[in-house]
Amino acid sequence: MTTAEFLGIEMPVLLEAFIKVNIVVLAMTVVVMGLIYGERKIIGRFQMRMGPTRTGPFGILQSIADAIKLVGKEDLRPRGADPWIFELSIYFIFVPVFVGFVVVPFAIGWEIRALELGLLYLLATSSVSGLGFAFAGWASDNRYAMLGGLRAVAQGVAYEIPLVVTLLAVAMLSSSLNLGEIMAGQASVPNIVWQPLGFIMFYIAMLAELNRAPFDIAVGESETAGGPHIEFSGIRWSMFQLAEYAHLWIMSIVGSAIFLGGSAWPFGEELGTGYQLLLMGVKSAILIFIAMWTRASMPRLRIDQLMGFAWKVLMPLAFAQVLINGFVIVYDLPLVLLTVQGVAGIALLNWAIQRAVARPAGRPGMAAWAGTSEAATS
Amino acid sequence: MTSILLPASHEFETQDIFVNMGPQHPSTHGVFRMVLEIDGEVVRDVLPYIGYLHRGAEKLCETMDYRQGIGFMDRTEYLAAFNAELSYVMAVEALAGIDVPERAQWIRMILCELNRLSSHFMFLGAFGVDVGVLGTSFTYAFRERENIFDLFEEICGDRMMYAYFRVGGLAWEVTDNFVTRVNQVLGMARQGIADLDGLLTQNEIFQARTRGIGHIPAADAIDWGMSGPSLRASGVALDVRRDEPYLFYPQVKFDVITGTNGDVYDRYLCRLREMHESIKIVEQCLQNLQPGPIVPERMSRLLRTPPGEVYIRTEAPRGEYGVYMVSNGGNRPWRCKVRSACLSNLQALRDMTVGHYVSDAVLILGSIDIVLSEVDR
Repeated sequence: MTTAEFLGIEMPVLLEAFIKVNIVVLAMTVVVMGLIYGERKIIGRFQMRMGPTRTGPFGILQSIADAIKLVGKEDLRPRGADPWIFELSIYFIFVPVFVGFVVVPFAIGWEIRALELGLLYLLATSSVSGLGFAFAGWASDNRYAMLGGLRAVAQGVAYEIPLVVTLLAVAMLSSSLNLGEIMAGQASVPNIVWQPLGFIMFYIAMLAELNRAPFDIAVGESETAGGPHIEFSGIRWSMFQLAEYAHLWIMSIVGSAIFLGGSAWPFGEELGTGYQLLLMGVKSAILIFIAMWTRASMPRLRIDQLMGFAWKVLMPLAFAQVLINGFVIVYDLPLVLLTVQGVAGIALLNWAIQRAVARPAGRPGMAAWAGTSEAATS
Repeated sequence: MTSILLPASHEFETQDIFVNMGPQHPSTHGVFRMVLEIDGEVVRDVLPYIGYLHRGAEKLCETMDYRQGIGFMDRTEYLAAFNAELSYVMAVEALAGIDVPERAQWIRMILCELNRLSSHFMFLGAFGVDVGVLGTSFTYAFRERENIFDLFEEICGDRMMYAYFRVGGLAWEVTDNFVTRVNQVLGMARQGIADLDGLLTQNEIFQARTRGIGHIPAADAIDWGMSGPSLRASGVALDVRRDEPYLFYPQVKFDVITGTNGDVYDRYLCRLREMHESIKIVEQCLQNLQPGPIVPERMSRLLRTPPGEVYIRTEAPRGEYGVYMVSNGGNRPWRCKVRSACLSNLQALRDMTVGHYVSDAVLILGSIDIVLSEVDR
């Protein structure tokens, strides 16, 4: 349904697009504020704290108070920073996230533009934000920032591939790259039933892509003290926040649209748009809640474990999933086989993790400098 | 034709970079500064800088009456002030030849073990943050630590700087409901240990991060003069409470917890299991607690010691906290030297860290469990 049909009036395409984009951007800002408040409250409860309480009832205005404070702060830029790249980095981080919203289906037929290659477009745009982290890290003239920026890029590149390949495997089943069509195709059974392993791999890769715990090595507070954002303050820093939570929201919507049946399952098509929006809201909220839960209770991985997990575990499993899906589709086998294979795959994933844990790490530096004076210390 | 992008050897010339961690950094646990020389993500060298918190506590003790020095000892080891006071007070008592009443000794034991609990809770919380659990372990640990501190506050009016142990005994009698309160605190502490254990120990990521990291062999650990849980994790069963008994430690039953690998995980596990031993000790102390005097019957108003020297060491949460005291006669020490466990443990930092990743350097430093005020004094 187009906006024109919804309002029952004729309007030029550009005007319609303009109205839709504004609605989505406004909604996004409100949702991000809600997410920041929600995360502080939820993590507060996990940590036996109250979270914000002072601003309004239950501290509900905390995000607004924070936004006002951040806008009012002095605009700081380190003396050694590269002014152009420093400024540009923020745009490279949040613009890709914003443009991704073009294809996101909030309900059946409720997207700004239903692109045929929507999934590809979304993944292509959101992966640009890794560049922004590299810029921010490099331009800040701070070694923690540089370390964090390099980590963010390495991690982004590594987890991009399993993320894309896992989603590709689902797209094969739906034989479409249009997000709305993939969602509508799950009216009877959501894709998670056929792709349980795919969903778990998607969720892991999504957390890594978002730089969230346990993959938050780039911004790791206890190591790089904030990583790429260390030198950003005031409104610039709030843009990082905005992009981070908007990205979380967009990915959780994509996850629920592709794996959990989005607003199509159950009874999405019969019960109207209001119900569909609610369904999507609940499903994405569950995914977001799990991300916050993980953040409150999981330690952080180390860079080599993180990269090893992406390249040695997730990547082969993701490609195997594509092969198996192709096999099932080509030979027209029953889809139940995929469920069985998915459960077996989860067991394999768990085994790989346990095996990695059981082998204690050595000292990576010692092999490289064998015979040098540095190696003689221990 | 050679490429203009790559040198002839096809290897880029790389340079190590120096990252200055501290004195203001979330994971240096105070004002410790270490300069890491890193090659990519791998640490090639560590240069520690200490002394940011040096206040000359030892020298100040020389200018004051024996009884005034107790306050300085609190401040050298603010996470386990009772243990620090104990060494100092015992040194003065040994110099002056004062006998401490039994009840005072039992109460000293109880308070020292409770202080060990609170200090280890602090370690567990902070270590969790180092590994990256976003402060959840911190709030878990602080809940229990607050319970213990509430009890201390009821007894001596202060939460960290107690000055409750006096030469010859205690400052005043404990509160009437002391025994019930201690039992209450122990119950909560037991629950708190179980909570932290459940949050961290069996977590796959936690194990992957801590096992095999920061290994130090027993021989090296002894050579560096390490002590306490950091040494016991390497497999050396050295515990001053058992090997050189003081107070009534021979009369209580407890195990000396040792590790096997001497890595970060073992140091963490040693402390965790030691807490159960502390609870056991406190319970036995409560059974032995009898009414009686808490100061010797005859104490002179002016405390003078005969000339001589003495070295007293006790088992503090971080290791061996020793006080070496020389008296020339008179009412103040001629020299008072504090043997800090943290300083000795910190010496081994370079051996443990070189060759590991930057993230592990943070973890290794956390696993030594330093208190900078004790290192710098």
